[in-house]
Amino acid sequence: MSAQVPVKTHFREVQEELDRSGRAIFRDKDGNESLVIRFPYSIQYIHSYAEDSPFFLGLADGKLKGSRCTKKGCRFAYATPRGHCMVCGSATEWVDLPLSGKVHSWTTCHFGSEAFLKETPYNLAMVEFEGFGSLLLVRLKDAIEPELYVGMPVEARFNPDPKYLVTDVWFVPKR
Amino acid sequence: MPPRSPPARSRAAKRPPTRLTPPSKGRRVYMVAGGVTKFAKAHPEMDFRLMVKRAYDAALRDVPNLTKDRIDGTRISYFSDHFSRQLKAASMVQDYLGLNPKGSVRIEWGGATGGECFQAAYEAVASGRMDVCLGAGYETMSRVATWKGNEFIALASDTNFDFPLGGFYTGYYALMVVRHIYEYLRLGRFAHVKDEREAQRLAIAEGSRIMSMVSVKNHLNALHNPYAQYPKRLTVADVLASEMISYPLTREQICTMSDGAAAVILCDEARAKEFSDRPILVTGVGTGTDTMRLADRPFGKVPLMPRETSSDYTDLPYPGIHSFRAGRSAGLEAYKMAGITDPNRELDFIELHDAYASSEIQTYEDLGLCKYGEGYSFVERGDPFLKGVDYGFPTPKAGAIPVNPSGGLIACGHPVGATGLMQGVFAYWQLQERIPKHFGDAALQLPSPKRGAIHSHAGTGSAVTVSILERGYR
Ligand SMILES: [Zn+2]
Repeated sequence: MSAQVPVKTHFREVQEELDRSGRAIFRDKDGNESLVIRFPYSIQYIHSYAEDSPFFLGLADGKLKGSRCTKKGCRFAYATPRGHCMVCGSATEWVDLPLSGKVHSWTTCHFGSEAFLKETPYNLAMVEFEGFGSLLLVRLKDAIEPELYVGMPVEARFNPDPKYLVTDVWFVPKR
Repeated sequence: MPPRSPPARSRAAKRPPTRLTPPSKGRRVYMVAGGVTKFAKAHPEMDFRLMVKRAYDAALRDVPNLTKDRIDGTRISYFSDHFSRQLKAASMVQDYLGLNPKGSVRIEWGGATGGECFQAAYEAVASGRMDVCLGAGYETMSRVATWKGNEFIALASDTNFDFPLGGFYTGYYALMVVRHIYEYLRLGRFAHVKDEREAQRLAIAEGSRIMSMVSVKNHLNALHNPYAQYPKRLTVADVLASEMISYPLTREQICTMSDGAAAVILCDEARAKEFSDRPILVTGVGTGTDTMRLADRPFGKVPLMPRETSSDYTDLPYPGIHSFRAGRSAGLEAYKMAGITDPNRELDFIELHDAYASSEIQTYEDLGLCKYGEGYSFVERGDPFLKGVDYGFPTPKAGAIPVNPSGGLIACGHPVGATGLMQGVFAYWQLQERIPKHFGDAALQLPSPKRGAIHSHAGTGSAVTVSILERGYR
C-alpha cells in the first residue's frame, strides 16, 4: 500500500499514529492491511428542558423543586420532578423540596465519560427527602470516600453562577 | 482444570423428564444454527458488515440444507449509531449478506439489544409471519477512545438529570450495589455491629470479596472458550487489587468494550426437523422494563416467584435501586410460559448479563435462583460455579446451577448488539452437547443439559429479556 501512510501492527500504535498524522495502516497477523483515518464529529444541540424547565430555573434561584401528583388519594411526591404521575397518570404540580436529606446510596467515581475525566474523583449520591417517594441523584462534595455512608445527613448548595445544568446543585455533609 | 468426564446422568435422573411444553404464544420455534466471531478489543480489519457476515457464515455451516433462499427475513441489532458512525447500518448488513429484498428491521434496546433481537426473530416465526428468520447483531466499540465510548453508553441515561453528573454507567451500578450491600449485608450478617459506619465498611468489604469470587469464576471459565476476549486465572486478591473504577467496583468486576458479531437462525417445527438433527426449542420468552432514572424506582412490593411468599419480604422496599424489577418481570413471564416453577432445579444453566459482578449477584435474586438477600450466600456456597474446577476457594455446591459457564460478559466481552445473541449461541451449543466441537475443548460442556436460560439487560435495569431454551430432540 501507499508508502505515505505509516504501517502499524498493534491497534494501540494505530491510535497513536492517528493522533499524530490522522492516518495509519493496520497490518494484522495474516498480513491484511486496513487503512484507518480520523473522522471528527461534533454537534451543538438546541436542547429544550421543556416541561422540566422550572427545575433548572429554580436551581438558579437557589430552590430545589420536586413535583406532586394533583389527584386526590394519590398525591405521590417526586424528588426528581415528573410532569405526570407514574402511578395514576395525573398531572403533577411543582413543590419545593427540603434543602436537606439523607444519603440513600453513594459512590466515588475515579473515572467518567471523556468530558468528566478532569473532575475525578467525584462522589455521586442518591438523596432521599422526608415526605417524598422518589430520590434525587446529585454530586456530593466536601467529603471523601471513608466519610461517606448510607443515612448520612446532607444539605444542598447552589452554584451562584448557574450553568443551567443539574450540576448547579450539589450536596455537602450537613453541618 | 482437567477435561471433564463424559456426561453424567445423575442430576437429570433426579428430576422428572423434561416435557416439550408447547408455547402458549403462537407456533413452536426452534433454534437450528448459531455463529459468533471472536470478541476482541478491536477488529480494525473488519467493518461491521464483514463481522456479521463471518458470524452468519459460521451459523450456516451448522445447517448444510439451509440455503440463503430458505431464509424468509431478518432482524438485525446494534445498540449505538454513535459507535457505528453510520446510521441505518442494519440496512448495510442486510445488503452485504445478499438478503435483499427480503424483509428486515433493526432492533435496539440498550444493553438488551441482542436479547431483544433473539426474541424479535422468535416472534417473527411464532406469529407465522416467517418460517425461517435470521437474527444477527454486532457492535464496533473500538471506533472511539474508551472514555468517549463510556460517554456514548451514558447517553443512554436521562440527559437532563443523570448524564451531566459524570456520564458514567459504572457509577450508576456502584450506587446500586452499595444499596444492595446495605440492604442485605449491613442489615443481614452485620446487623449486630452497633457502629453504623463500621458496619457499612465491613459489609462493603464482604460484598467486594464475594463479587470478586464471581469475577474469578467468569474469567476462569473463559479459559476454555476460544471466543472469549479476556480469559484468565485470577485470585480474589487480584480482583480486589485491580484499579478502582467507581467504589466499590474494580476493573476486574466490570466488562469491557468489544468488537464482535453473533447470529442465530430460528425456524418453525417442520423446517427444524429438515435442517437439524439437534434442534433446540425456545419454550419461554419474557421481558420487563423499569424507569429510566434510578431515582424514580418505586419502593413497593416484590412480585413473587412461585415458591416465594409475601412473608419472605415483609420489610423490603422493592425494587428501590438495589434490585432489577425488569429482570424479575422478564423471569416470571418466561418461566410461566415454559412451565418452570423452581428455576434453581429446573434450569441446568444460565447465561446471564454480568456487565458487572454486582449485577450477576443481583440477577440471581431477580431470577429466583435464590431469594432476595441470599445472592451473596449463593456465591459462597458455590451454586453458580462449575463442578470439578479449582477456583482457588471452596465451592461446595458447585454444579447446582452453573451461571455463565462461557465466561459471561466479564470475560467474553460485551459488543452490545451481539451480546444477547452470543448467549443464545453458547446456550444452543450447550444444549446440543456440541461445546467440545465448537470450543475445541470439552471442559465447559455441562453433563447432558436439558434446559437453559439466557438473560439480556439494558441500562441500569431499564429493560431485561429472558428466553428459555430446551433440547428439542430425543
Ligand atoms: Zn398520581
